[in-house]
Amino acid sequence: MRPNRILFALAFAAVLVAAGVRAQENSECLDCHEDRELTGKRNGRTISVFVDAAKLRSSIHASVDCVQCHADLEGKELPHEDDLKPAACGSCHDDIEALHAKSLHGVAIARGDPLAPRCQDCHGSHEVVGAKNARSPVAPLRVPFLCGKCHQEGAPVQRQRTIHQDNILENFSESIHGEGLLKKGLIVAPNCASCHTAHSILRHTDPASSIARANIAKTCTQCHAEIESVHRKVIKGELWEKEVHRLPACVDCHQPHKVRKVFYDQGMADKDCMRCHADAALKASAGGRSLAVRPDDLSHSRHAKVSCSQCHTGVSLSRVRACETIVQSVDCASCHAEVGQEYQASMHGLLTAKKDANGPTCKECHGTHAILGKTDRGSATFPTNVPRLCASCHREGEKAAKRYKGTQHDIIEHYTESIHGKGLMKSGLTVTAMCTNCHTAHSVLPKKDPASSVNPKNIPGTCGRCHYGIEEQYEKSVHATLVGKTKKELPVCNDCHSAHTIRRADDTGFKLDIMTKCGRCHEKITESYFDTYHGKVSQLGYTKTAKCYDCHGSHDILPADDPKSHLSRENVLKTCQKCHKGATRRFAGYLTHATHHDPKKYPFLFYTFWGMTSLLIGTFIVGGLHTVLWFPRALQLRRERDKAEREAEAAAEVEGEAATEPPENPGPPDTPEGKGEADGA
Amino acid sequence: MAHDPKGVHFERFTRLNRTLHIVMIVSFLSLALTGMTLKFSYTGWARFLARFFGGFESAGYVHRLAAVLMIVTFATHVTDLVRRKNREYGSWRALIFGPDTMLFNGKDLKEFIGSIKWFLGKGPRPRYGRWTYWEKFDYFAVFWGMLVIGSTGLMLWFPELFTRIVPGWFINVATIIHSDEALLAVGFIFTVHFFNTHLRPEKFPMDLVIFTGRMPLEEFKADKPGEYEELVKRGELEKHLVEPYPPIVLRAIRAFGYTALTIGFLIVLWIIYAMLFAYR
Repeated sequence: MRPNRILFALAFAAVLVAAGVRAQENSECLDCHEDRELTGKRNGRTISVFVDAAKLRSSIHASVDCVQCHADLEGKELPHEDDLKPAACGSCHDDIEALHAKSLHGVAIARGDPLAPRCQDCHGSHEVVGAKNARSPVAPLRVPFLCGKCHQEGAPVQRQRTIHQDNILENFSESIHGEGLLKKGLIVAPNCASCHTAHSILRHTDPASSIARANIAKTCTQCHAEIESVHRKVIKGELWEKEVHRLPACVDCHQPHKVRKVFYDQGMADKDCMRCHADAALKASAGGRSLAVRPDDLSHSRHAKVSCSQCHTGVSLSRVRACETIVQSVDCASCHAEVGQEYQASMHGLLTAKKDANGPTCKECHGTHAILGKTDRGSATFPTNVPRLCASCHREGEKAAKRYKGTQHDIIEHYTESIHGKGLMKSGLTVTAMCTNCHTAHSVLPKKDPASSVNPKNIPGTCGRCHYGIEEQYEKSVHATLVGKTKKELPVCNDCHSAHTIRRADDTGFKLDIMTKCGRCHEKITESYFDTYHGKVSQLGYTKTAKCYDCHGSHDILPADDPKSHLSRENVLKTCQKCHKGATRRFAGYLTHATHHDPKKYPFLFYTFWGMTSLLIGTFIVGGLHTVLWFPRALQLRRERDKAEREAEAAAEVEGEAATEPPENPGPPDTPEGKGEADGA
Repeated sequence: MAHDPKGVHFERFTRLNRTLHIVMIVSFLSLALTGMTLKFSYTGWARFLARFFGGFESAGYVHRLAAVLMIVTFATHVTDLVRRKNREYGSWRALIFGPDTMLFNGKDLKEFIGSIKWFLGKGPRPRYGRWTYWEKFDYFAVFWGMLVIGSTGLMLWFPELFTRIVPGWFINVATIIHSDEALLAVGFIFTVHFFNTHLRPEKFPMDLVIFTGRMPLEEFKADKPGEYEELVKRGELEKHLVEPYPPIVLRAIRAFGYTALTIGFLIVLWIIYAMLFAYR
């Protein structure tokens, strides 16, 4: 819309009004067209011909007569016939109409393409307002949505016509241009029309196009003035001088629509690098380490689309050996900035910063040219491979294990046997916790460090990332709520479950072990537990009897005076009834931690015990004394009897020699004669 | 020649009493082994035994099964008493206050004093009769033990049932009584009783009379002169004379007896070890 045209129109209208020769007043048209129900016909189809008078009045054409646009009605009788010609925008905007006619859109209209956009498809019809008006569909902030109506993924144009770019709208919205326009609301940020023009949209192959290779620089420099000075180092030198025809255009590097994701054509740089580095025998002059790069490694890696010079920064393309100006080793953090920061604060990063040879850098875990993502099964950082990766330093005897002065040993072996290790390694569940789930991948810190994910303060949160429901219970338990109220160290997950030997809670070993776990702090009460039936039976390896957690709860443990406790007056019976189905309120009076060693707390037990013990000691003293006194006499009797028997035998022998008849009848007064068993059973 | 198989034997115990004693040995040893396993659960021995019984759970079943056996033994004995009261004595008075009574009486006191004198070399060996005072003591120790241990044991077996009547802490008390009374019973039987009947030099190494029910007449005469004379006087001795058992039966009985003795001694050693070195 051009102001001089409007002025001209206004002047013309004024002249007509002054002359009083106006064929039709707008009001006359609106007499009929204000009716919302009014319909007309175009090409045999019934269409609404309603005109919103209010919108017309507020449009930029408010003072333009209807017939100026609908020129074929000039001087016609009212009501007029159907099948009007399209509004003649060109009668005023003739230069724009000419540009449009030559553009892709105009050509398509001429071709009869039903998808081709006409003036009103972008600008609207009766309600048309200026491009600077925020209400306008062609206002800068709305242009991407306007163009996107047809050029978004899935729209008929995008599907049925040959468009060389895809995801145009998405890419644009993520690009620095899109971000400036759509997120930051900078109306000076380029929209579609800034590069493609509004009306003269042409193919990039068309030399007249604003996006033709030859014109790109001009288009971009509309905004990016003096960009050449910034880019001089890239385009100067041999390429500039000897391969003029290969001079790069902006879009060679800055892909259209994705301008932030800088795209360096591999053919340009990497091929040059590989001229030397493809040689398997290539060695560094200093140190002699191999400098060979296997092209396959790179092309199958996560960084397949990243060029050499993006990581190996500091190259000078102008030199024959572009790499000779490289002074820094690869800094992954230049792209992976956040991860880099985490790493620098981690134990691994701190060691590296101290130039400690044991400190692992990115490549120790991630590899170099063959780097793969952690979701790639071949990657060393794929879940099932992580334990092996960490083990390479942390296995007993390896360098990290040698430095380590803490209490955890054989961690790899223990982990492998733990429920987590079995889940990961045996059941192949990649969601199971492995090293980095608890220790983090890049913020690895020793337990003592308050920022460490395995610092006691942070452990519940770390475990809670997977075991969320448990953490929720734990946070409400006495072990968590006492924080700040006691100076004693309170238990967190690993104090009961251990760090690397975590077992299932229904595992026999875990069940029997829990008493010693609780007993580390609750010493007295655990001792007295072992004085009761439950404790004694547990000690013999019986798991079905009540353990600490059966009565006190495990993660939701609360003091007995808390109404929510499993042992509160309201709940204790239910707790007993878990095992003792027929338990009554009186039953719950059983003293589960009773000891007979405490006369103050349990007098009746104490006195029962000592009463029984006195009885025992007394009986043994009397019985023992009796036995001791008896012994010499009994011994004497035995000796006398043995002597008598020996004498009797000797006498029998002498007698036997004298007369060989069987001598003896061991003489009770009455000889037995086949007595049956007289007793009654 | 304490057990001359060829000689004439005097029958001292009825077949029922012998059977009950054997059943009681089996039951008592099972109860002692499984019970002490629980009492001294903190010793390595206990864990070994629990494993031997196929885990603590089955050790518990053994304990309760043996307890039922013991209760049956007790009930049978009481029934037999009632029957014999009716058949042989006619009234409780005759049974309780008769010459063969199991209850302590003046004769026992005299014999006890006489025994002490004899031990100290100040008198002859008393002429013991049908039941000596230590035999009566053994009998009542067991009788009382069965009542006390049996009743508390039932409380521990069915705590839900008993706490309908008694407060919960009774179970704690019952535990102590059950356990300490059992310790007393086991300790007494495997030391004092074993000495009095089997290990004292006159009977060493084992008195088989409780299994066979019979002993050589000569031995009987020396051991219980009072009873012998009484029977001769009444002319009833002949009624009690029987043939000895053949050697094969005696061998089997000895094997059983030695096994029981060995187990008993091992339990005593274990208890001493647990009390002295691992007590808590």
